[in-house]
Amino acid sequence: MTEGPKPGLEPPVKPAPAKKEEKVSRRSFVTWLAIAWGAFTAAMGVAATATMRFMFPNVLFEPPATFKAGFPEDYAVGKVDERWKEKQSTWIVRTPEIIYALSTTCTHLGCTPNWLEAEGKFKCPCHGSGFYPTGINFEGPAPRPLERWRITLSDDGQLIVDKSKKFQQEKGEWNDSESFVRV
Amino acid sequence: MAAPKRGIWSQIIRSQVWKSIFRHAVPKDTRGRALAVLNNVFLHLHPVRIRKSGIALGYTWCMGGLTFFLFLVETFTGLLLMFYYRPTLEYAYMDIVELGEQIPLGIMRELHRWGAHAMVISVWLHMLRVFLTGSYKPPREFNWVVGVILLVLTLLLSFTGYLLPWDQLAIWAITVGSNMARATPFLGHEGPGASLLKLGDVALVHAGDDARFALLAGRFVGAGALLRFYVLHCVAIPVVAAILMAVHFWRVRKDGGISGPM
Repeated sequence: MTEGPKPGLEPPVKPAPAKKEEKVSRRSFVTWLAIAWGAFTAAMGVAATATMRFMFPNVLFEPPATFKAGFPEDYAVGKVDERWKEKQSTWIVRTPEIIYALSTTCTHLGCTPNWLEAEGKFKCPCHGSGFYPTGINFEGPAPRPLERWRITLSDDGQLIVDKSKKFQQEKGEWNDSESFVRV
Repeated sequence: MAAPKRGIWSQIIRSQVWKSIFRHAVPKDTRGRALAVLNNVFLHLHPVRIRKSGIALGYTWCMGGLTFFLFLVETFTGLLLMFYYRPTLEYAYMDIVELGEQIPLGIMRELHRWGAHAMVISVWLHMLRVFLTGSYKPPREFNWVVGVILLVLTLLLSFTGYLLPWDQLAIWAITVGSNMARATPFLGHEGPGASLLKLGDVALVHAGDDARFALLAGRFVGAGALLRFYVLHCVAIPVVAAILMAVHFWRVRKDGGISGPM
């Protein structure tokens, strides 16, 4: 509760002390306000960027995307080879003409199918997608064929599989010279 | 004040200690009762008065309240689990097994799991009830939006908690689920527009720096994903959900209380 002083009891009016011209003008106040907000926004932006960057480590303890898969002679003609399935998520398939590297990731939802030697097909346990040894899908919910990795021959005659580059049949990439090795 | 009594009880409630804790006398009228609710830290989120229809089970199904109760159950049991569970490749699976086999009342783990399922179901039923009773209509539209965000957070809590037992089911479910992040527009390396983000020959968005990577801390589900999901599950998402719940309950009151016409 504030009440004005009763009439006749006002305190004596003190003369204001003579101040120097320290008053911030309206114009410069707005300028400073803009600078302050700008600095604050910039600081927040830097903090947000730093937080984002923090979530992406510089070193990954994961196997490299490229691996040497031995010599072409190590693989039997007409067979699907499973030796790299666990470690590198790759099937190496050798036909009378070519060798290619199939990704073991089902194109439906990313499970790992099984190679059923007796039935001559890949069968995914999750939802029943089926693929021929070529990688072409023929049953179940998988919408497109298995992907193939880039495969080349190194100088010492070994196969090199590079999983950072994939070739998709539905894009016509299986004709690419790097998607298979002629035997 | 009531007539002074000589009983031990009246001595207690007139003591300095009692008065220092409880700032008001025992309420004797409507106004006093309203103030008691308003001035209590545990009750102040509540409306002072509610309609009879607001507590009609046939109308609300109590699904919102049940959902909140289940959230509290999850918080409590989850905190207990944190005393035993270690989110590393070495320990995660066996810690969960031991909860079932070695630890007294390890059923907390089952309670946590069942509570999670029940919470997802009750959230859906709550949403259905709000829809059927038209409780999303003005001025309550924004609270529907808050509710939808809470629904998403509930599902994210479920999803992140799913990985923590670190069994085959968990790993494959998260492998499959996180594959959706690949298709994020511009931020997922298989999503629309991602191929446009290039500097000359260098792709700016690839499997090693896209949205899925941020989620999993790697190119596939591994140690990094387990730890990241653990932190999201135990801290980040619950904190955001708790804040939004406070907003949600407060808006219920400000927008005209539970159920009933405006």
